[in-house]
Amino acid sequence: MSDSNAALTVPAGLSRNGSARGYAPGRTLPLAVEIVRQFKRRRTLVMFGLLLALPWILVIAFKVGAGSAPPGTSLRISDLAVEGGLNFAAFALSVSASFLLVIAVALFCGDSVASEASWSSLRYLLASPIPRDRLLRQKLVVAMGYSAAAVVCLPVMALLAGTLAFGWNDVRVPGTGETIAALDVLPRFGVVIGYALVSQFVVAALAFLLSVSTDSPLGAVGGAVGLVIVSNILQAVEALGSLREFLPTFWNNAWLDALAPQPSYEGMLKGVAVAVTYSAILVAFAFRRFRSKDVVS
Amino acid sequence: MKRAARWVTWIAVVTVLAVGVVAWLVWPSAPDVRAQEQMITVLDGPGDDQRVTLDASFFPPAGGGRAPAVLLAHGFGGSKQSVRDAAVRLAQDGYAVLTWSARGFGRSSGQIALNSPDYEVKDVRQLVDWVAKRPEVRLDAAGDPRVGIAGGSYGGAIALMAAAHDPRIDAIVPQITWYDLADALFPDATGQGPQNGVFKRMWAGLFFSRGGPAPAALGPGQGDGEGEERPLTAEEVRCGRFLPEICDMYQQVAQSGRATASAVETLRRSSPISVPGKIRIPTLLLQGQRDSLFPLGHADANAKAVAATGAPVQVAWFDGGHDGGNGEVDWLHEKTLGWFDRHLKEIGDAAQAGGAFTVTRDGGRDPGTRRPLQLHATADGYPGLSGSGQTSVPLSGPDQPVANPPGGSPSSISAVPGFGGLAGGSGVNLSLDMAGQSATFDSSPLTAPLQVTGSSTVRVRVTLEPVPDARTGSGEAKSTAGEVTLFAKLYDVAGATQAPVLPEGLVAPLRITTGADGSGEATVTLPAVDHRFDVGHRLRVAFTTTDLGYSTPAAPAVYRVALASPAVTVPTHAALRTPSTNPAWWIWALPLASLVVATVLLLAGRRRTTDEHDPELASVPLRISGLTKAYRNGERAVDDLSFTVEHGQVLGLLGPNGAGKTTTLRMLMGLIRPDGGEIRIFGHRVVPGAPVLSRLGSFVEGPGFLPHLNGRENLELYWKATGRPAEDAGFAEALEIAGLGKALDRAVRTYSQGMRQRLAIAQAMLGLPDLLVLDEPTNGLDPPQIREMREVLIRYAEQGRTVIVSSHLLSEVEQTCSRAVVMHRGRLVTAGTVSELLASRTPVNGSGTRLEDVFLDLIGNTT
Repeated sequence: MSDSNAALTVPAGLSRNGSARGYAPGRTLPLAVEIVRQFKRRRTLVMFGLLLALPWILVIAFKVGAGSAPPGTSLRISDLAVEGGLNFAAFALSVSASFLLVIAVALFCGDSVASEASWSSLRYLLASPIPRDRLLRQKLVVAMGYSAAAVVCLPVMALLAGTLAFGWNDVRVPGTGETIAALDVLPRFGVVIGYALVSQFVVAALAFLLSVSTDSPLGAVGGAVGLVIVSNILQAVEALGSLREFLPTFWNNAWLDALAPQPSYEGMLKGVAVAVTYSAILVAFAFRRFRSKDVVS
Repeated sequence: MKRAARWVTWIAVVTVLAVGVVAWLVWPSAPDVRAQEQMITVLDGPGDDQRVTLDASFFPPAGGGRAPAVLLAHGFGGSKQSVRDAAVRLAQDGYAVLTWSARGFGRSSGQIALNSPDYEVKDVRQLVDWVAKRPEVRLDAAGDPRVGIAGGSYGGAIALMAAAHDPRIDAIVPQITWYDLADALFPDATGQGPQNGVFKRMWAGLFFSRGGPAPAALGPGQGDGEGEERPLTAEEVRCGRFLPEICDMYQQVAQSGRATASAVETLRRSSPISVPGKIRIPTLLLQGQRDSLFPLGHADANAKAVAATGAPVQVAWFDGGHDGGNGEVDWLHEKTLGWFDRHLKEIGDAAQAGGAFTVTRDGGRDPGTRRPLQLHATADGYPGLSGSGQTSVPLSGPDQPVANPPGGSPSSISAVPGFGGLAGGSGVNLSLDMAGQSATFDSSPLTAPLQVTGSSTVRVRVTLEPVPDARTGSGEAKSTAGEVTLFAKLYDVAGATQAPVLPEGLVAPLRITTGADGSGEATVTLPAVDHRFDVGHRLRVAFTTTDLGYSTPAAPAVYRVALASPAVTVPTHAALRTPSTNPAWWIWALPLASLVVATVLLLAGRRRTTDEHDPELASVPLRISGLTKAYRNGERAVDDLSFTVEHGQVLGLLGPNGAGKTTTLRMLMGLIRPDGGEIRIFGHRVVPGAPVLSRLGSFVEGPGFLPHLNGRENLELYWKATGRPAEDAGFAEALEIAGLGKALDRAVRTYSQGMRQRLAIAQAMLGLPDLLVLDEPTNGLDPPQIREMREVLIRYAEQGRTVIVSSHLLSEVEQTCSRAVVMHRGRLVTAGTVSELLASRTPVNGSGTRLEDVFLDLIGNTT
């Protein structure tokens, strides 16, 4: 310690806004830095590990369970999963979209700011200084990026696992048993993944707002998941009639329409509209709140 | 101001909730309707001498006063209870409603006469008499109430029959019912009438079994005190509650599979076909598309018969019928109510009553609930089953031999009567054609979609093939009385990979009598459907020799089937238009509105931050003036604090816990906003994210690291997050100050408190900031480290930088700092050089002055 004396020299040249040399608000917290900061977390790795392993677990489950029920007798999406890679991927998405992916997205977004607050590192980032809007923007982009990666990696891995396990076959539509050529479905499958991502926007935005509002990462994640549960419960109340169309989770399964013989996109459009509506306002609130917040963690 | 805004928000939320709850409580709920149970005695029979007690319920109109009456009849096998919900709904809508169990059903006495004019029709006339006496019922004349009849199936037929026989009835809404019961049970698609028809044995059996013997024990109140169990008599098990002549007729036809002239006559006495021109009142016919018992043709015939009298008629084909489907209960109620409102209450204009013809079509699935959706296509005119236009679609296919299996088994399946619910509405296709029993003729793939509405027709030729007689072994052609029984179907074939779809599971049975040459020809009317054939699909006309629902010849035979003309004529009704689904305007409007709201939220919350620079203070590292910050409860954490720190100073910020030191430092870092006053660093005012903060290094209230990264990564990533050049960081010096050695490459979560502390101080020194703020820097350090730290700080300040050390450890400040600022309860108590502070207090005893004593004096806590 005592030898460091010589190195301590005053850096010369200050800019007009009084900042230190080389400081520019627009260069703070680069995305790559934030990605690295989040990537090595056990939480991130475990979640991706789970999402990548789940299709294989399902494959094993179907292989082990094969023979207990004669194939082709039922047209439920779960029974059609062994028809081929695309059917399997659709099944994997349908069983995970309502909960597992919600948790993944809520985790990446809800944890984003709240965990920094709980580690006390948030105050050093803000004092370094990273402008608050910029910090939030970079965090939002990275959290959404991780969420998108989570939502995309599951069906893609399921497609790979299902194709290896059950072959590259045409899609059989649940319910009617009709068959659609695999190559026709592939672009639609991209639409499905994109929609699954957009339909998680509300969860992401709410988790982000809560993340900004609380120092407890679990609170933010739990709050966002809680909203999904409440919304799902309300969705079951038929007396609400068409009001339910505006519940954030109401259209979450609309992507099934894209895999029908005659794809219909109106439900998905409505779902996108509802998701964008909620998330834009929630994100705006998050920024507004964070801007004026006293950081006391 | 912020607090006020929060209050406004809360008040707004609570107001909205309160308004919602009040609206929910005050919202008019459906009026309460109470049924009055009645036993109404009527006299009927050919001689009007048979006394029958009908079990009835009367529902007074909810609005009070005199209202039109509606008689609500139940279906076969039901009772007045089956229509109770519908009755309550109608009563709530302001009708006096009477429901009753028809003779032979429920708790009414008498025997089933199949809506005979001598029995059930006379009963209904006397019910109309009864209704006319009610004070709740509006009268057209004395003894003539304003009355309508509605009902489904058996109840729909009584509505039609009663309308024919009682001129007092003003409007009817028969649902899924028959025009000719003989034709319904013995249909023939060649149009030669029921005596040539094929017996619909499964439906007929189900139909008659539902009028079977009353269950032995129906609980108390059943019958006239003869509730005790007794074995059923032979006559009861044979005929149930049917009138003996009906029973005998059924037993005869069911055994032979052929309709006799007398059976046809009996069945027609119960059918609107027997009363042509007598139904002259407004009639709304609701017929199910999924109905193999009373297919759409019956409604068509009824509509034509009523329309011939000039009375208004509307026809609707809904998604339902005896084979299941959605049922559309709510929509049927609306239609029924609309019809009675128009023709009994005479309210509502004709324009909104909808077109004369409505067809329920598949609207896909609701994307939210995944349930099937119904669309209602309407047209102003009802064209009948032959449509308003015809298209001829060429068919091709060779002559094909088909076999009638001995005993008629196994049989092909189109629909399973009585188990329509199995199909679960739409989607599932039960149809199955047995190999070798089916001849098919396909069109080429369609180049444009084709919406078929009605009955297609095709001309077919059949030839009997000689078959060796199994019993005699001779090669002689077997005589099958020159008759060929076939079932015609119109399939929708999508492609090789998908099973062909039989729309609604309907078939058209036909019987062709062959001539001397063993061949015969006929024009076959295929089942009436509303079905859309998509582009690329084919039409397929199939003829099978068997069908599960019908009785077919037992003798084995082979027929050769060919088309007499290679085309099928399909009816279309282009005028049927689905009301354009309201283009969900909010798909675009909602996100746009929300984006606007979001933008407003963001812009309105933006504070104009002009960089207020005071050039005179450019060389003053820190000036705090009038700084004030209050807690939420109004208590001031920092109260009008002012002091200045000059270049090269090591300033000690002293104060007991809770003095406001940390709050001050947080404001200094731009983490919290002062309520009053300002902080200037080198003349630049501190606001959250102010660029001048890049010249501030800070360590306040403990370290903040990412626990999953090691010490080195933490420092490097922190520096990268500042966006400044790596060469400015001075990592080597900082790491030396941290003195962590090999521990630098371990995850921070494994560090001790002291290690984190040193790493945090090193982080604060990254980039050699001009102003270094350290809060309790020596916590967790051992004495040698404390001494080293002290030296580092003093050297740091000697190079023209400024250090602020906040501490409650007085000795620390005394040894490190040149100046001190003492705070207590948020206020500045004193400021000056340490030596001045020490000099200000005269020694009490020989032990000399310590800063501790000065401090305790200053905060007024003398011991």
